[in-house]
Amino acid sequence: MKYLTEFRNGEIAQRMAREIALVATRPWKIMEVCGGQTHSIIRNGIDQMLPAGIEMVHGPGCPVCVTPLELIDKALAIAAQPGVIFCSFGDMLRVPGTDADLFQIKGAGGDVRVVYSPLDAVELAAKNPDRQVVFFGVGFETTAPANAMSVHLAKRRGLKNFSLLVSHVLVPPAIEAIMSSPGNKVQAFLAAGHVCSVMGYWKYPPLAEKYGIPIVVTGFEPLDLLDGIRRAVVQLEAGKHEVENAYARVVTFDGNRAAQNLLAEVFEVTDRAWRGIGVIPKSGWRLNDAYREFDAEERFQISGIHTEESPLCHSGDVLRGAIKPAECPAFGKECSPRHPLGATMVSSEGACAAYFNYGRFLSSEELASAGAALSGAAHG
Amino acid sequence: MAESGTPDFSNWSCPLPLVGYPNIVMGHGGGGKLGNELVEHLFLPAFRNPALENLGDAAVFELGPGKLAMSTDSFVVQPLFFPGGSIGALAVNGTVNDLAVSGAEPKYLSASFILEEGFPLAQLAAVVNAMAEAAATAGVRIVTGDTKVVERGHGDGCYINTAGVGMLRPGVNVGPHRAQAGDMVLISGTIGDHGMAIMSVREGLEFESQIRSDCAALNGMIAEVLDAAGEAVHAMRDPTRGGLASTLNEIATSSNVGIEIDETSLPVRPEVQSACELLGLDPVYVANEGKAVFFVAPEAADQVLRVLRAHPLGREAACIGQVTSQHKRMLVERTSIGGNRVIPTQIGEQLPRIC
Repeated sequence: MKYLTEFRNGEIAQRMAREIALVATRPWKIMEVCGGQTHSIIRNGIDQMLPAGIEMVHGPGCPVCVTPLELIDKALAIAAQPGVIFCSFGDMLRVPGTDADLFQIKGAGGDVRVVYSPLDAVELAAKNPDRQVVFFGVGFETTAPANAMSVHLAKRRGLKNFSLLVSHVLVPPAIEAIMSSPGNKVQAFLAAGHVCSVMGYWKYPPLAEKYGIPIVVTGFEPLDLLDGIRRAVVQLEAGKHEVENAYARVVTFDGNRAAQNLLAEVFEVTDRAWRGIGVIPKSGWRLNDAYREFDAEERFQISGIHTEESPLCHSGDVLRGAIKPAECPAFGKECSPRHPLGATMVSSEGACAAYFNYGRFLSSEELASAGAALSGAAHG
Repeated sequence: MAESGTPDFSNWSCPLPLVGYPNIVMGHGGGGKLGNELVEHLFLPAFRNPALENLGDAAVFELGPGKLAMSTDSFVVQPLFFPGGSIGALAVNGTVNDLAVSGAEPKYLSASFILEEGFPLAQLAAVVNAMAEAAATAGVRIVTGDTKVVERGHGDGCYINTAGVGMLRPGVNVGPHRAQAGDMVLISGTIGDHGMAIMSVREGLEFESQIRSDCAALNGMIAEVLDAAGEAVHAMRDPTRGGLASTLNEIATSSNVGIEIDETSLPVRPEVQSACELLGLDPVYVANEGKAVFFVAPEAADQVLRVLRAHPLGREAACIGQVTSQHKRMLVERTSIGGNRVIPTQIGEQLPRIC
């Protein structure tokens, strides 16, 4: 419990927000890469505590959001096949494909199951030798080791009925893509703490040097985020561009070597399409030759997929940080969590869903007046 | 998985042996001899009361003058037995609580069973026993019922529907549309216990202390609140599916008011908070089965809080917020670090099959 409360201390949070306000003399735009950080910033109201000029730009770090539409359609086609048990994390079930989502496939008779770990899917395969068990392995470097472990174990146990539908994406190439995109406004990055807990942060100093940007490895609790933002602002004000670790209780420079070795055993780097952004070179992982037999795309050979994105959806601009979710013309009108047009409106880590769910279509004055009455009210 | 997740038959004593079959067969729902045996050897001894004993097509009873309240609910929870409760206890308490938060005194219940072919009779006996115990605790009588059997594979062991009637308490005027600006919002105890008890059994999560469902009949506690501050209580709800957030949003919408709550004042057990963090859930959306929310005129709030805290089911009662004329139909939370967030109604089910 201690780890839950001590990084959510209201007094310290207010003090840190004041420190940031004291340091900041100019407007700065800071991107938090990870969707988990976006969620925490909005959920806790951290963006409202910052001085007016400090703008948090929400990055592309929601794996559900950037999984390409074509792969979602493939997942739907595989999940609809008789004899298949299709396993996924819960977030993926409502992500819209071209014509349907996994919930609709399930309702129509597909055996779609929510699991909390890919290793549960391996167990399902062992228990159901007459069925094909497929795990939808999406995510950044954070979820990759568990997915790698699932195929590693499946191979060792000789399971011929387990496969992985892989769409892994990598953070450093995404940072490069954002920094080199025309019209980029991002001036500093909060690197995703959990990605760095696996991969370390040795890839970041060259990026900080090349683009002249501060990069702060940051955690997810309110005080972690405020500390990350504070360090980024201090560097920006001093004209520095260094890599700092503000999440040292979890992250080391080298990262988790055992996990990295497992990843190297199972995956190889590949070009990857990011939904809403396009293809980023060498920005993903796929199963390598030694594990190709566990690749669901190889096993099921789904063809004839014609994808069509909603023309109203601007999720690509949101993911690049070019617009805020509420600036999309469809936000809260044609597009809502009940009827999402794009993946950013689905996942709890998606910037559009976070804005919608936490009422960020209200003006900051409305939200502030909402909270003002509380100070004296609640007791007991 | 925890030991207490398995049914405990040690207290069950059927006065007459259940003859013939160890498991439910199609004939048990056929209206013939097997069905009669279930009634005679199981339901009647467990629920025994004068209105039931006639075994007519309808129960006949008298209720005093005044207004009646009626409610119905169906129960499909999986697993059937969980720490702190069972489908049987839920089926009674759920309907009792719906009547109680409407300002009624629950009196009579019906119970309908949909059983799957092959369901063990011993388990049915345990479910029925739990219902009888819950009814006795709540002071209600189960006066009529029905049993149907579906083929194996077409049900999930046991589904139960209950309906109930009660007498509206005189002088009480509560409703989801009656919350007013200035009302204080009180909750009778910790949130999220039931939903996380079910999830921890299903997901095989184990914590240092086991999470138990809060499944309980609230009519006694609510009667004490209404006795003490009847007219000052404007709205009551039991925050079941969708949790506290959905209940407060419903009342904000029905009453056309805004509601503000303070995250630091929400009572949440540490083990429930930990389980929620692990599974990525927010306790404000997790179901309760033994909690009530009260909207009370500000001058009566302290008194209601005292009454709640003096009751065994309300020891951890807390004042969690206030009704405002600002941001109508919206629930806003002051977060623990001093920010604000809007808490919307949940889209779809966060956790299916929890009641």
